[in-house]
Amino acid sequence: MKSTEELNQIAHQVRRDIVRMVHAVNSGHPGGSLGCTDFFVALYFHVMKHQSQPFEMDGHQEDLFFLSNGHISPVWYSVLARAGYFPVNELATFRKLNTRLQGHPTTHEGLPGIRMASGSLGQGMSVAIGAAQAKKLNGDKQLVYTLHGDGEIQEGQIWEAAMYAAHHKVDNLISTIDVNGQQIDGPTEKVMSLGNLRAKWEAFGWNVLEMDGNVMQNVIDSMAQAKALTGKGQPIMILMTTSMGKGVDFM
Amino acid sequence: MLNFEVTGSNDTRSGFGAGLLEAGKRNPNVVALCADLIGSLKMDAFMKEFPERFFQVGIAEANMMGVAAGLTIGGKIPFTGTFANFSTGRVYDQIRQSIAYSDKNVKICASHAGLTLGEDGATHQILEDVGMMSMLPGMTVINPCDYNQTKAATMAIAEYEGPVYLRFGRPKVPIFVPADMPFVIGKAWHMHEGKDVTIIATGHLVWKAVEAAKDLEAQGISVDLINIHTIKPLDVDAIVKSAAKTGAVVTAEEHQMIGGLGSMVSAVLAQHQPTPLQMVAVDDSFGESGTPEQLMQKYGLESANIIEAAKAVIARKG
Repeated sequence: MKSTEELNQIAHQVRRDIVRMVHAVNSGHPGGSLGCTDFFVALYFHVMKHQSQPFEMDGHQEDLFFLSNGHISPVWYSVLARAGYFPVNELATFRKLNTRLQGHPTTHEGLPGIRMASGSLGQGMSVAIGAAQAKKLNGDKQLVYTLHGDGEIQEGQIWEAAMYAAHHKVDNLISTIDVNGQQIDGPTEKVMSLGNLRAKWEAFGWNVLEMDGNVMQNVIDSMAQAKALTGKGQPIMILMTTSMGKGVDFM
Repeated sequence: MLNFEVTGSNDTRSGFGAGLLEAGKRNPNVVALCADLIGSLKMDAFMKEFPERFFQVGIAEANMMGVAAGLTIGGKIPFTGTFANFSTGRVYDQIRQSIAYSDKNVKICASHAGLTLGEDGATHQILEDVGMMSMLPGMTVINPCDYNQTKAATMAIAEYEGPVYLRFGRPKVPIFVPADMPFVIGKAWHMHEGKDVTIIATGHLVWKAVEAAKDLEAQGISVDLINIHTIKPLDVDAIVKSAAKTGAVVTAEEHQMIGGLGSMVSAVLAQHQPTPLQMVAVDDSFGESGTPEQLMQKYGLESANIIEAAKAVIARKG
């Protein structure tokens, strides 16, 4: 486990990676990636028990992470590379022909660290729930983590999954929503109001926490709190406030 | 040789239920999910035998496909169960991204395919499912013809690594495939040797093709009869060899002409062995309410239609 200061240093490096990757191909989604950088760094360098070499799809006795809002792939790729899943110089191939670092994450090109494709929104929670239930069947006590965009939860499948996870007591799942208040066509409140997110998830039977996703210490403390709530019959939701483009002053 | 021993009559969905139970006994990693249709899919026996390996999903098919994909991570072999319409069209993108593109070992098991669902009408009678599933890269598509073949197919796909779409139905149909016949994915069953016309049938149309072949043989027309249970990957070799021999081909299926067995056999022949072909299939139409028998008659999926198609295609030989 790394200190908060070390984690902040890694986050600086990851933010540099993100800007370089997206700038090199003039495409990709830097805003959400920069906003979620602290969360990803905390997850891969502090919170999760995971193994980068060799990467194993089944992840027995490992914590698993699923990115449901696949468009913030730059931050995930950078963190995976920095955590040793593949060479850092491969980040330069992002979105280029024949790359393993596709525009949106995929298992199809065999990139270590990725366990499902995402990009078409709303699907990741269901897959994570299945993986969490497989862990229970296998007697594996490790946890499953997910990340979703706030705009993403406008997809109906998210709420099918929310209902299912509570009904089946999937209490080895910690989901996080990146509440940055923005989506492609404007502020979420204008495009499609999300309403009271805490009340919604609580009504669906989840244990809900809130955290500031751009304060490393707060992320670490909140994730520890979430972990302590696992195994109690309820799935856990963290509502994570972030700023899109965090760390780049003109974004 | 066309005298297949009929050992009874049952629905293909019951073959699935029996096969699933057997697959579950053989392999502890086999798990099953159902979207509020346990009785219709005949999944009761598996659920009772392995309650901890059975997941009720409720009426939420999109979530079911995702949960199934996730269960493979950790080594499970998930079988999903719902009607064919809700197994394909309703969840196409979930299957595409979370299962096919993600290379997940999920078995999508779909009952009440085609017109023979009957009275519920067109909202439930999907005739496009084979086309949709066949277009997905890496997806295997299987449409067995009787109880025994469906049971054998269900056990075979449990042992196969990769996504599979298994399509079966509701009406009771004769059981004529020998119970001990091994099911080999992608390998056609050459049911009868003949020289005048090839009849290639899948699913519920196989028995109707047997009846048609008997009639044609009685009229002095020699029939090469092939059962294609695996629509993808298609047994190209069996199709090309037979077409080269007879010079005339009829396809028969409970599906749209576009995107079904007939389309795929046409593509194979056009590329490898150009041969006149007639399709017995639904011609760009939705179904409707009615008894299965009435619907099969109205939409031209009877033995009489196969006989008519055979004579028409023979007349087109050069």
